[in-house]
Amino acid sequence: MHMRLLTTAAVAACATLALSAQDPAQPPPPPRQPSAITVTISGAPGLPPKYAVPDFIALTSDPETVAAARVVGQVLWDDLNFEREFYLIPRDTYKTIPRAASVDEVPLDQWKQLGADGLVIGTVRRTAAGVAVQVRLIDVATGKTAMAKEYSGSLKSLGNPRLYAHTASDEIHEQQRSLRGVARTKLAFSSDRDGERIKGPVADRAISNIYISDYDGANQQRITVTRSLDIAPAWSPDVKSIAYTSYRTNFPDIIVQYIYEARAYTKPASGSSAKQNFLPAWSPDGSKLAFMSQRDGNPEIYVVNKDGSGLRRLTNHPENDVTPTWSPTGTQIAFTSNRTGTPQIWIMNADGSEARKITSESWCDRPTWSPSPFNEIAYASRTGPGFDIKIFDFQNRDTKVVTDGIGSNESPAFSPNGRHLAFTSTRTGKEQVFLIDRDGKNLRQITRSGMNRYPNWSQ
Amino acid sequence: MMQRRLLLVVAAIALAGADACAKKKPPVARPTTPPPAAASSNPGSRPPSPPEPVREPEPIPAEPIASDPLSSTDIDSINRNSPFHPVFYAYDQAEIDAAGQQALNGNAELMKKYSTWIVTIEGHSDERGTAEYNLALGERRAVAARNYLVSLGIPAERLRTVTYGKEFPFEPGHDEGSWSKNRRAQFVVTSK
Repeated sequence: MHMRLLTTAAVAACATLALSAQDPAQPPPPPRQPSAITVTISGAPGLPPKYAVPDFIALTSDPETVAAARVVGQVLWDDLNFEREFYLIPRDTYKTIPRAASVDEVPLDQWKQLGADGLVIGTVRRTAAGVAVQVRLIDVATGKTAMAKEYSGSLKSLGNPRLYAHTASDEIHEQQRSLRGVARTKLAFSSDRDGERIKGPVADRAISNIYISDYDGANQQRITVTRSLDIAPAWSPDVKSIAYTSYRTNFPDIIVQYIYEARAYTKPASGSSAKQNFLPAWSPDGSKLAFMSQRDGNPEIYVVNKDGSGLRRLTNHPENDVTPTWSPTGTQIAFTSNRTGTPQIWIMNADGSEARKITSESWCDRPTWSPSPFNEIAYASRTGPGFDIKIFDFQNRDTKVVTDGIGSNESPAFSPNGRHLAFTSTRTGKEQVFLIDRDGKNLRQITRSGMNRYPNWSQ
Repeated sequence: MMQRRLLLVVAAIALAGADACAKKKPPVARPTTPPPAAASSNPGSRPPSPPEPVREPEPIPAEPIASDPLSSTDIDSINRNSPFHPVFYAYDQAEIDAAGQQALNGNAELMKKYSTWIVTIEGHSDERGTAEYNLALGERRAVAARNYLVSLGIPAERLRTVTYGKEFPFEPGHDEGSWSKNRRAQFVVTSK
């Protein structure tokens, strides 16, 4: 979990080609020439560049290194495929190409024959300190190195080699496409997969706790262990803590838990049986939480500073006001209200003023504001017996349907680059967490065990 | 009017007085010889005879009116066979209909009888709405039930509310038969 990846040294021969490969700890020398000389790999006109990512080369022969080399190659292929910026040549077509013994002896002609524009090769080796992973992106047409990196970590990091692939993928997307990748981001959700039950008044009840995973569903891990209901997690923008709704004191309250630190959790909304608090949403700067509470008699939206100070009520209406989400600049809040008779999506200024409705459908809920540069709100909308995920675009005031009407699809959460959504769906039976691209393509199932709800995507 | 009431009061006092007079008449006391002081008559010479074995008391048949199994039952058992009636709601509604009022009237009687009980009203919804909005809907349902009980004279401090949205369905099915049972306010004794 606490693996540290350090970009230790650039491969010297390529340092002038790949600016981002310089050690970030050392200030760059004053530029004498244009500072950002990068090789951008392009494909045929009108087509995305074709990339090939073979297994990494294990430079030491111990089984852990050999296994890690295979995993890094496969995961990097998946990561690069995820953003759809490149066409990833299927890996089973690489068989005819002899495996390189090192990054300097690559049979470029054969990769060219396969149609590759970009080739990502790399090595994994044990070192005295732990493990080192070398990654090189080669422009197949010219043989130039577009990116060269070496990452190192402790021996323990061999147990989760995926993080090397995720890091390399994010750097390749950044360098080649100026795109913020999401390969190192995380998901959080609630799940009853462990089958634990609490005594209910009539029958025993299945409890849910909070779980996290990598963006691709790997490394699923339980992070709360309570015999109660823990639901609706929200990653803090710094990805150090998760705010969620917990019933551990028999009434719902918001808990902020520093999941990587031995540090007591906090309850910024200071709940009690008369002041119950739900559905926390972090402000983009991480300083405040918006949430729902019934403390003044019916569900309303409130905001409080992370340290529990500055509590303020934002809505004041006898109907239900639920599920706040912040605009990327923190100046507006969207929420769900049934003040016109049915649940619809509303927006207001962050001080509660100028509330206005933006949807007019049969039932809309759980708005989630996109990150910039998109200016959109995703939400769940009743489209039949179940719900579908829709996206409302403020620019042209139009709405498009993202999911396909199979099962009920709810609780959308944007990825930090706005290109993907996590949501729940009953399409395979019980509710599970899925990912989908904003255009409705690339549906991917993340959870399979138990019932999984309330997905949230970290920065 | 005034006079008539006065008259009634006087009559009542007179009756009460007559009753008191009748009770005052003491029974005729007949002097009897005092019983011998057992302890002092034969000091130390003979051990006191063992006490007569106590006869087992005849079991007294339980009077149906006086017995109250609920008072002596633990909270869990009460809740497992809850004497409270749940209140059911229409789709996306928190209003209490006639059947719901009838259920709550009965629940209010119970709460008056067991005046120390603290009751938590759980608001639940069926699976069809969205999870987040259903938390608000469950809250509204619980509060509507609480407000009705308060209007019947149950002190608000004896009533707590909590919403579980669609987290804890009562019936697992995916049809109106199950949904109608899951849109409910459920009453749970939390202290007695």
